[in-house]
Amino acid sequence: MKNLWQTALAALLLCAGLNPASGAEPIKIGSFLAVTGPASFLGDPELKTLQMYVEDLNAKGGVKGRKLELIHYDTGGNAKDAVSFVKRLIKNDNVDLIIGGTTTGDTLAVIPDVEKEGIPFISLAGAVDIIEPVKKWVFKTPHTDRMAVAKIYEDLRKRGLTKVAIITGDGGFDKSGREQLLKLAPQYGITIVADESYGNKDTDMTAQLTKIRATDAQAIINFGLGQAPAIVTKNIKQLGITLPLYQSHGVASKTFIDLAGDAAEGARLPAAALVVAEQLPDTDPQKPVLLAYKNKYEAKHGPVSTFGGHAYDGLMIAVAAIQQAGGTDKAKVRDEIEKTQGFIGTAGVFNTTPQDHMGLTVDAFKLVEIRNGSWKIVQ
Amino acid sequence: MLEQFFQFLVTGVTVGSLYALVGLGFALIYNASDVVNFAQGEFVMLGAMTAIALLGAGLPLPLAAIAATLAAILVGLLLERFAIEPAQGASVVTTIIITIGAAIFLRGVALLLWGKDFHALPSFSGDAPIHLGGATVLPQSLWVLGVTVLLVGLVRAFFNHTLLGKALLACSFNRAAAQLVGINVRVMLRLAYGLSAGLGAIAGILIAPITFSSYEAGVMLGLKGFSAAIVGGIGNPMGAVAGGVLLGLLEALGAGLISSGYKDAIAFLFVLMVLFFEPAGLFGRKVAERV
Repeated sequence: MKNLWQTALAALLLCAGLNPASGAEPIKIGSFLAVTGPASFLGDPELKTLQMYVEDLNAKGGVKGRKLELIHYDTGGNAKDAVSFVKRLIKNDNVDLIIGGTTTGDTLAVIPDVEKEGIPFISLAGAVDIIEPVKKWVFKTPHTDRMAVAKIYEDLRKRGLTKVAIITGDGGFDKSGREQLLKLAPQYGITIVADESYGNKDTDMTAQLTKIRATDAQAIINFGLGQAPAIVTKNIKQLGITLPLYQSHGVASKTFIDLAGDAAEGARLPAAALVVAEQLPDTDPQKPVLLAYKNKYEAKHGPVSTFGGHAYDGLMIAVAAIQQAGGTDKAKVRDEIEKTQGFIGTAGVFNTTPQDHMGLTVDAFKLVEIRNGSWKIVQ
Repeated sequence: MLEQFFQFLVTGVTVGSLYALVGLGFALIYNASDVVNFAQGEFVMLGAMTAIALLGAGLPLPLAAIAATLAAILVGLLLERFAIEPAQGASVVTTIIITIGAAIFLRGVALLLWGKDFHALPSFSGDAPIHLGGATVLPQSLWVLGVTVLLVGLVRAFFNHTLLGKALLACSFNRAAAQLVGINVRVMLRLAYGLSAGLGAIAGILIAPITFSSYEAGVMLGLKGFSAAIVGGIGNPMGAVAGGVLLGLLEALGAGLISSGYKDAIAFLFVLMVLFFEPAGLFGRKVAERV
């Protein structure tokens, strides 16, 4: 029994110790990310980025003289958990705004609560459905899959290719990408001559690709995440298919090149400028922002990914809005986020409007080609 | 069309041999203890990840592969000693649940050690595809096929022609009787876990250049290997191989001829049908339980 009391006392003291004795209330930033689970390669760099920059901002004296406090929960990519964590963030932790929602599933699940409670929410997930139709309190920083598809189709049109085969995985990202591929094709005069799929944990896609080889496709588009696109790329080489290959922004990381090796040479994909930061002309206003983020992240955590960059964008937009609003009044902060103009982030230049709660244009994507194991901007 | 069909067959056999190799490990432990070891997939992952890590540390590939296999065998032995043996009197179901726990534990350790990224092992003999008629196959797939055939032969010879193998089999038929005729059941169990961990690791190292590996790669491979083993009749090494190849062929032909969206459904439907009509598997030993 004595032990129990001691533990309780220690716990109490610990809790008390967590509240800094400084006069001003901290600004509470709530976050729920998929740090573990299948989307961990997205959530993990996002959390590291948030922690790194919250620490950094606090070291510089905080925002408006108030320290930032990051309250974070790991959803493991489970939408149900995301909902209960967001309820907890709003009701128990009384956070001032929320940055998070690694996956589209997590984000869409929490939107009803966010809208009901009226709290500014910046999502880090990809799908266009998050901001279309516009929801009052919901914003997002990553590019949408529709922009990725548009970027690929623009390049196909430039090369005069009209018949494509698509091959996609069975995850949410893949399916949403496939939908956009099918939806946008007529606008760009593109015919989809084969529409194949695979399981994201499959080990071989040669059967599907053999079918594609038998069609009159002029290019192959693969929309997927993780190791599967690397296997697709290798299988294409194995089957001796020489059609131009397009991948999605989902594989814009060094891991993809490492896994696919030589087979990845010549593949093109839309990617955030972060992966080609060094190659941008010095006149590009994004360049210093990108290099600063990249160097800071890599000094602490190893190779940078574009996904962590989305968290950086979200945090910085939120901080700017709080500064403009002169405090953490939720309605005012929301209005200021909506008025974000010319904010230079890692994903591009944000110009948010009441009609567009993301604020990026297709130009925010760079079309890159894999050359000699690295990314080259396609001019 | 014929050329396409041939490619589907080649794909099916290469994918199937991969499942077969994993299924083989299931058969071994089942033979010794009637237990399905759900940590088998994790042995596969451990083999691959250890080899990748050692290669990264500068060891040449053959040495890294051997060291990784030995490391996995050690893990298998430790697992038996510290998780299975303490629960000696427990029922088969309890032991199976322990192996599930062990699988989760091993995944966690791998996550801490190697992070969440996927890693690849270089192919043993290059990436230039080999042309067989109209179809192409990777040299690494031939490695998988060849080693599968070799290991199946060895496992079969072990069970049929060595005293040790027969003693192992005896343990699963009747543990008490085996003990009475002087077989040290405890040592046999350790042997089974060590061997199947080694088999799993070899499988993992062989297939890592094709499928890549990550801390959770064992889940899917374990599932497919397990399906292969039960289709063929668990406990029968030849059955596991036949089951694996059948499964691979069904997936490839299903994806190629019907629809890639339904290929897993087709394969699992087949597994269900087999279990429905031949509960002991296609090549399983028929046992009549006395009630």
